[in-house]
This record gives sequence, structure tokens and C-alpha cells, in this order.
Amino acid sequence: MEQPAQTVKAGEINSKFKYEISKFRGAEKITLCFQCGTCTADCPVSRFSEFYRPKKIARMIQLGLKDRILSDKHIWLCTTCYTCVDHCPQDVEIANVIRALRNISVRHLKSLPLVYKELAENLMKTGFVYVIPETRIKKREELGLPPLPKTSPEEITKIFELTGLLSLLGTSQTFERVE
Amino acid sequence: MVGGKPKYLIFLGCVIPYRLSSYEISARKVLSALGVELVEMPEYNCCGFPIDPINHDTAIVLAARNICIAEMEGMNLLTLCNGCFGSLHKVNKMLKEDKEERERVNEYLKNFDMEFKGSIEVKHLVHVLAEDIGFEKIKNSIKKPLSTLRVAQHPGCHIIRPRKLVGKDDPENPRLLKDLINLTGAKCVDYRGENECCGNPIIGVNEKIPFQMAKEKLDHIISAKAEALITVCPFCHIMFDLNQPRIEKLFNVKIGIPVLHYTQLLGLAMGFLPQELAFDELRVKPTIYLKKFLDYNPTLEV
Ligand code: SF4
Ligand code: SF4
Repeated sequence: MEQPAQTVKAGEINSKFKYEISKFRGAEKITLCFQCGTCTADCPVSRFSEFYRPKKIARMIQLGLKDRILSDKHIWLCTTCYTCVDHCPQDVEIANVIRALRNISVRHLKSLPLVYKELAENLMKTGFVYVIPETRIKKREELGLPPLPKTSPEEITKIFELTGLLSLLGTSQTFERVE
Repeated sequence: MVGGKPKYLIFLGCVIPYRLSSYEISARKVLSALGVELVEMPEYNCCGFPIDPINHDTAIVLAARNICIAEMEGMNLLTLCNGCFGSLHKVNKMLKEDKEERERVNEYLKNFDMEFKGSIEVKHLVHVLAEDIGFEKIKNSIKKPLSTLRVAQHPGCHIIRPRKLVGKDDPENPRLLKDLINLTGAKCVDYRGENECCGNPIIGVNEKIPFQMAKEKLDHIISAKAEALITVCPFCHIMFDLNQPRIEKLFNVKIGIPVLHYTQLLGLAMGFLPQELAFDELRVKPTIYLKKFLDYNPTLEV
């Protein structure tokens, strides 16, 4: 997606990539995409983004352009509105395909948007993805709201460790803006 | 809940305690007036939604851990946030239906002496109001119908889509929130793109695209002559209310559409005072149309 009209070189094709993607939950039907274009036509992000096109992402996966699509930062522009999932005539669930791409991209390239790293680190620290200021917690009382339930940051950190996210966060690069 | 009060564990998520107490305050007020008992979670963590893009497994276990806490309390979960609903409901349904996946996730949960059993439901506020409390009871609670007020609905994404996961409303023509709005006496007008996304989930990597998405929606709302926008999700609310001045600046236009949590709208119609419903926390101040329903509150002058 990065630049228009790039030629595909035989050497960059990884014909097994579509099967790698189809192992992810919700992405099983990627091979069934017949390029009708409904997802792109109905995608609210595509309406405003110069480059983000879910139909093109589906085709790049089918063609096996693994390195190119995994390193394309535009995969981070999906809002997960699920319009494409409801409208695809082949039941491809493109939003879930994009989630699979993002997950694989973080693992393979060790690179992720800064915002996700910050949210994840807050979560390990506090149990929430934001650090809720002390003043807010005090204000709850003034407003007559019950105290905020407690959280277990140690257990969250354990979940991160068991699912492999902890080590990824430690070794990953970050980037800030897309497009 | 047979015979007794409907009772739920309230799942606040992260955004509401962080910056949207107006939603929590107004929700607690109206639900209590409708005879709903809200029980606090003994403890909880983020629903998992914000982590799904970087690690699906982490997100699933985070969601499942919350569900297990609710199972141990023996109560259904009520969420005020579309994102929390989407994440918790998806995982709850998946683990109930897929035995292999349940066993896999339970292996993780063992570390915390937890086990997913599949004994509870996850409901969003809109589902609780429409299905469990019912239109009749809500209608009977209206003391000050907001007749003459024209508003637009923004149901947001995850309480309507994906259709096969949620299945409670028509994603192409969502009705539940619209019907709930009409009960207050306000008229919920039709506009183009009612079911579309606010754009907020990608604001951390790109501001321009979500601001364009939100601006387009606000334009359609203005064309339909709505005088306020009604939301049921803290993310969507932040997009349209807190960010509205930034959208106005980016496009160099004046929009001035007040954005209310549905629970504030319903609360007004039930006869609560604006200050009881935290109207003073809204960024976009009430316009003349809305003000006549708030007129006894001097702090809300524009
Ligand atoms: S709507 Fe489905 S079949 Fe059509 S291009 Fe998109 S993913 Fe492919
Ligand atoms: S889920 Fe993502 S790709 Fe699909 S329509 Fe929404 S923004 Fe576009």
C-alpha cells in the first residue's frame, strides 16, 4: 500500500503466508476473498485515508507479499468498526484479518505504535490502560461515587508474561504516527 | 432476578473512571430510579479491547479474568462502554461455545485459581434498558417529557456489529437506542450514516482521519436539524464532545452540537436536575434548544 504501482518481484512472494494468516481466529476465510471491493467501498477509514484499502490488504496476503504488508504501518489505521465483517459476501472478516496482521507484525518486526506500548505499560502498573490520577479517585468521593474497585497489577503482569507480551514490550521499537 | 430487583455487577472499564464521571453519575441515578441494583466488582482489570491489536491472547485472558470474577459473584455484568461490551461479550460467547478454546484459556486462568465456567451474561446498558427493564417501565418513569427537543443517536459500533456476534439490533438500521430516546419525549431524527464509527480507536496513531470521520457525522447531524447528539459509549462521547473544539479548529468551522450521554437525556426526562446528572462536565455547552430543559441551572449559561 505504501507507494502506488509497485511491481511484485518473484523473490518477495511467500505463498504460505495466507495459510499462516488463516490460522488466526476470525481470519480463517482469507483465501476466499474474490476482490469484489465491498470492504473498501464501505470502510469509513478508506473514505478519508489516501492509502488504507482493506481489499488491497486481502490481495497482498493472498499473493504472499508478507514482508511488505507486515511492515506497512497503514495496517494500524483500522478502527475495528466491523462494517467490512458484516458486508463481505465471502464472510472474510477482514477486521479480524487485520488484527492477525498486527499481532504477527508486532511479533516478527518487534515494532508497534507507541500508544499501544503506553497503554500496555499503564495496564501492568495499574490494572487500567490509563493512570487514573489520585485527584480523580478522591473526587469520586466528593461526587458521591463508590470507591473504585481494586486491581491486581501483579496478576496482569503475570498474564503479560504467560501470553508472551511482556518480553515483546521489552524488546520492541515504537513509532508514533501513521500517514 | 425472578421476583426481586434486577441486579448486576457494574463494569466501569478504564475510560469512565479516568475522565467521564458524568456518564457514571447519570447512569447510576437513572438505573437506581428504575429499580436496578448495581453491585460493585470486588476487583477488575481492563476489558482487553485496547490490547487486542498487539496480542490477541493477552486480550482474551484479560477479558476472561473479569468474567471469572463475575461468575464467582454469581451476577451478570453490565457495561456502560461499547468497547468493554464488545470485548467481554465476544470472549464470553467464544468460551461458552468453543470447548477447546475454553480449555486452553483455563490453563492460563489456573495461575490465578480461576476457571471459566460459562455461567453469566455480559450486557450493555442499552440491552439492560431495552430487554430487562423494558420500554413500558421506562415510559412510566418519565415525568418531564422533552417534547420539542430534536436529537440524533450515535449507537457506536460494538453494540451493533459484527451482526453475528451481537445480534440484538439491526446494524444497518439500528433501532434500540432510537426507541429508547423516543421514550423521553424527544424526537430522534434520522440522518445519514447513523450506524457509522466515531473514529476514536485510531486517534493514537492518526488524528486527521478520525476527526474527518467525526466531522462528517456532525455535518449530517446538523443537516438533519438535530439539536443534540446522544451517545452510549465513553469513547464515542469523548470523540464528539471533548474533541469537538479541536475538530472545529482543524476545519475552521463552528459546530456547537451538545453531546449527551443517553442516561443524562433520560435522567432529565425523569425529572432529575441537570446538576444531579453532571451536565456541568460537558465540554460543549447546551444550546438554546436544550437550555429550556435546563433553565433552572445558572451554571450552564453559555
Ligand atoms: S468484501 Fe470480502 S470478498 Fe470483497 S474484497 Fe473485501 S474481503 Fe474480499
Ligand atoms: S473494521 Fe477496519 S477495515 Fe473494516 S470497515 Fe471498519 S475501519 Fe475499515
